[in-house]
Amino acid sequence: MNNTEKYDQIMRESFELDESFDVTTLVYQGVEKWDSVGHMTMVAMLEETFDIMMDTDDIIDFSSYEKGKEILGKYGIEF
Amino acid sequence: MMDTFFDKEPYELSREDKHKLLSSRLNALTKEHYVNCPQYKAMCDALGFVPEDDVPYEELPYLPVSLFKKLDLMSVPREEIFKTMTSSGTSGQAVSKIYLDRETSSLQQKTLVKIVSSFTGANRMPMIIIDCPSVVKNRAMFSARGAGILGFSMFGTKKIYALDDDMKLNLEELKGFLEEHKDEKILLFGFTFMIWQHFYKELLKIDSMTLDLSNAILIHGGGWKKLVSEQVSAEDFHKRLEEVCGLHDIHDYYGMVEQTGCIYMECECGHLHASNFSDIIIRDPADLSVCEFGKRGIIQVVSSLPQSYPGHSLLTEDEGTVLGEDDCPCGKKGKYFAVHGRLKNAEIRGCSDTYAAKF
Repeated sequence: MNNTEKYDQIMRESFELDESFDVTTLVYQGVEKWDSVGHMTMVAMLEETFDIMMDTDDIIDFSSYEKGKEILGKYGIEF
Repeated sequence: MMDTFFDKEPYELSREDKHKLLSSRLNALTKEHYVNCPQYKAMCDALGFVPEDDVPYEELPYLPVSLFKKLDLMSVPREEIFKTMTSSGTSGQAVSKIYLDRETSSLQQKTLVKIVSSFTGANRMPMIIIDCPSVVKNRAMFSARGAGILGFSMFGTKKIYALDDDMKLNLEELKGFLEEHKDEKILLFGFTFMIWQHFYKELLKIDSMTLDLSNAILIHGGGWKKLVSEQVSAEDFHKRLEEVCGLHDIHDYYGMVEQTGCIYMECECGHLHASNFSDIIIRDPADLSVCEFGKRGIIQVVSSLPQSYPGHSLLTEDEGTVLGEDDCPCGKKGKYFAVHGRLKNAEIRGCSDTYAAKF
């Protein structure tokens, strides 16, 4: 899997979305399971998968699918 | 406007600068709530207060904190509310309902990070939550306990709950966790009474230092009422935790669900500190005038964060004393103070105390 595929899969798993859901449209609080609990689940999976540790500021700023890619870019994750 | 707050270190401003900044923000909030929350306007009108020219924040109206149990107070359209926080009331007691929109919620989280990281450092740490996992299960309605845990989860990397859902200590898992992270600083978080009842008392039954937490920092809050009734002082709490597990970096905090985010952390001198984001004012129970430093009275709290509900200036049901301002030996600016507990006759409502009532 390339990084985009890994990223998309984490989004689906964290927020319990099926294959047909267009994850690129995701925003924080936009789907039921992307709440503060889902958010920390997602952060844990991203950190595990990409072997990074995010700053608290980045965790707070991680407000959408696109913004997330931009933030991960700071940690050397290329899409 | 909040950028001015976030650009500064949380305990950087001395009296004059803080007073100016906070007054300007609190006057602006008063005006917004006056326009957008009809009940708030009615209360201001009843007090004869018209928000026009800016006044020092000591002169702004304050609502009794219990009002959030009786009324649904919000200053944004209901469809913009995406999270409701509740105080964890036991059956028969009304709970406070605090309505948050995205922006207020985000301000709360950012402020919490700003305040706490000035104690823990910017790095996140492996984290032990001294509670049970079920407390965060109901995702739509957060109790104060659940919200506290979620808010602080931000500081954790790998996380483990110290208790199972029957409130039993997961000793073997904790040992494994500490072994795995043995050279790292560990963050412990929990509610004061839970820590005492389900963590300390369990550790007391086994060999001391079975869990070595000498390289950990504990942040705890939620009230002392139950421990006071067991005659455990803050000093005992510190001393005895150190005896069983070597834990010595311990910080209490004072805060309430009605002003989430703006917590008052305890420094190494044992004093609770107001950050730039908020302040406390002590009022004389006889006439509600502002008390001088050193005098015991009712605690009023003001917070720069509440935008979606009129909770920026509240009279609590707690008693406290301001000990000083800008001159704590720890070096932090701002007021530092002590909390003595609930006022007599006030409803019992510390958040971990609610749980304690079951024991």
